[in-house]
Amino acid sequence: MTVESTAARSKPRRSSGKRTTTSGARKRSQSAARPELVQLLTPEGERVEHPDYSLDLTPDELRGLYRDMVLTRRFDAEATALQRQGELGLWASLLGQEAAQIGSGRALRDDDYVFPTYREHGVAWCRGVDPTNLLGMFRGVNNGGWDPYSNNFHLYTIVIGSQALHATGYAMGVAKDGADSAVIAYFGDGASSQGDVAEAFTFSAVYNAPVVFFCQNNQWAISEPTEKQSRVPIYQRAAGFGFPGVRVDGNDVLAVLAVTRAALERARAGEGPTLVEAFTYRMGAHTTSDDPTRYRKDAEREEWEAKDPILRLRTYLEKEGLVDADWLAGLDRESDALALRVREAIRTMPDPDTMAIFENVYADGHALVDEERAQFAEYLASFADEEGR
Amino acid sequence: MANTKMPMAKALNESLRKALETDPKVLIMGEDVGKLGGVFRITDGLQKDFGEERVIDTPLAESGIVGTAIGMALRGYRPVVEIQFDGFVFPAYDQIVTQLAKMHARALGKVKLPVVVRIPYGGGIGAVEHHSESPEALFAHVAGLKCVSPSNASDAYWMMQQAIASDDPVIFFEPKRRYWDKGEVDTEAIPGPLHGAVIAREGTDLTLAAYGPMVKTCLEAAAAAEEEGRSLEVLDLRSMSPVDFDAIQASVERTRRLVVVHEAPVFLGTGSEIAARITERCFYHLEAPVLRVGGFHAPYPPARLEDEYLPNLDRVLDAVDRALAY
Repeated sequence: MTVESTAARSKPRRSSGKRTTTSGARKRSQSAARPELVQLLTPEGERVEHPDYSLDLTPDELRGLYRDMVLTRRFDAEATALQRQGELGLWASLLGQEAAQIGSGRALRDDDYVFPTYREHGVAWCRGVDPTNLLGMFRGVNNGGWDPYSNNFHLYTIVIGSQALHATGYAMGVAKDGADSAVIAYFGDGASSQGDVAEAFTFSAVYNAPVVFFCQNNQWAISEPTEKQSRVPIYQRAAGFGFPGVRVDGNDVLAVLAVTRAALERARAGEGPTLVEAFTYRMGAHTTSDDPTRYRKDAEREEWEAKDPILRLRTYLEKEGLVDADWLAGLDRESDALALRVREAIRTMPDPDTMAIFENVYADGHALVDEERAQFAEYLASFADEEGR
Repeated sequence: MANTKMPMAKALNESLRKALETDPKVLIMGEDVGKLGGVFRITDGLQKDFGEERVIDTPLAESGIVGTAIGMALRGYRPVVEIQFDGFVFPAYDQIVTQLAKMHARALGKVKLPVVVRIPYGGGIGAVEHHSESPEALFAHVAGLKCVSPSNASDAYWMMQQAIASDDPVIFFEPKRRYWDKGEVDTEAIPGPLHGAVIAREGTDLTLAAYGPMVKTCLEAAAAAEEEGRSLEVLDLRSMSPVDFDAIQASVERTRRLVVVHEAPVFLGTGSEIAARITERCFYHLEAPVLRVGGFHAPYPPARLEDEYLPNLDRVLDAVDRALAY
């Protein structure tokens, strides 16, 4: 756990009594007239109620969500800058998706297990993964490398949609163990076209696995808009597999928190999977290698800027008098300190030893790896002899 | 039941049963593995005795089978998954290559994936398309995977025990046309290493190296050659990744000639790698180039042609003649 990441995460509940589930998902299917998008905080910062999802947070919890989003955005901006300066080979920015990630990340319990894509920096933050750990693969010193079990946050998965099946299998294992943990699989609108995601829906439904599929529909799969992926709203696909789907305003951290909590509770209660479609927007490029000016208009981005996830919560907090200038200034200082720490960590991150190529290929060893390691070491040593005259 | 004669199919069944009995984390997954006992009956009776929670009939989706097995392994289980036929593994190839093989390295060793993928493979049973292939080279080529294939009932029993005990993913190729061949199985024996080759028949003039279904063919060829006064050694490689090159080298240094036999196409097959490495290791011992006998660079043919397509005693002996003619 990092020092910064201290906001309230729900404790595991080992309740002895009968669990009550959030009624939301089941009610929804009976009420077609309800708004399609679950929202608890409007882009203007107005707190609104939703018939199926309620949320009652303390001022500390509200400030915590704001702080999480601000620090995550700052970390993300710093990583983008580090890429531009040649310190990282690539960066996949989460800019614009902070509410979707912090809202869902803060809905999790410690014993829940997360399967991310490669863009879940905000969820990683919520899980207490040190942000500098995320940068190793983007710098090219490893392919992930953090211990997934220490924070119940799996390694980033680059092949699109693969992790939905891992999450489903893990959740099947949770159910076999008789545990009441839940599993959450992150993926995007593009991944919703992958066979593995469809198979994960099938398996999780058939086995009633305690898994939440959290789709961040950020409107763009590199250059392809969502209408190139699906003829129906993505959340509606769940119905065909036999479990509920819900679309939430992905830029509304409160609504995301409420909807994800309900889905996780449903999984824990043995009611099976839920598909949450967080309707959000990728404000930046797909990665630092991408150029969105080739395929989308500035006007679209400007439209989404008005729905910024951080701005709307700040408006609400200020209006309610929950933050003051001192607190905000303190958060600015904390952001600066985080950015500095990340920058220094990257600049001092050592390259791996050459022979690391041969490490951890197998758990129990392999004769060919041993042979090639020895041959390559000998080859490298021959240069050392030359250099040593 | 210490020493019993049984078909390979039964030996595999007994081995899976033993694994289910001794380790509560072992799971069986696959299409039709439950009530039916698998299309080859390898899992016969296991669901009845161990329940649907441990012997799991899955949806008909190979990527889903392997992908969820990975997730269960991450949770601490040891899944043994069945792919119904060789030609149907490819929907799972992505999960096997990009995830199963690489996740241990990706995690710098912090996760282990003890998953066994069972694939009944090879031809000779008169099947329709996609039911007779030998895709082992496509898996042996991938770092992070181990690939083995037993040739007899005893090895089937013990190699399955060892594959399940392995902390690495193992692709377990079962020679389906040998499923019904009987052999002695000593369930109290002390098995040799999973990836070690064994000499199936000693000889002095030439080494035949094979694995899985072709070991029997090579033994038949060696018996026929003996009548012509030729002494052929048969090496049962048992493992295609890693290959026991030391054992091949030791044999070739004695016999000075090597023919590698497999059902899979020769081009870029296991035999090609063995030929290259043995040429490097034994250049001054070899009296002839290493020859390969195997399938052609053509789709596996319709069943009426498979007797001509598959390496048989005559094709093996033809290669032996050519090697001895140098």
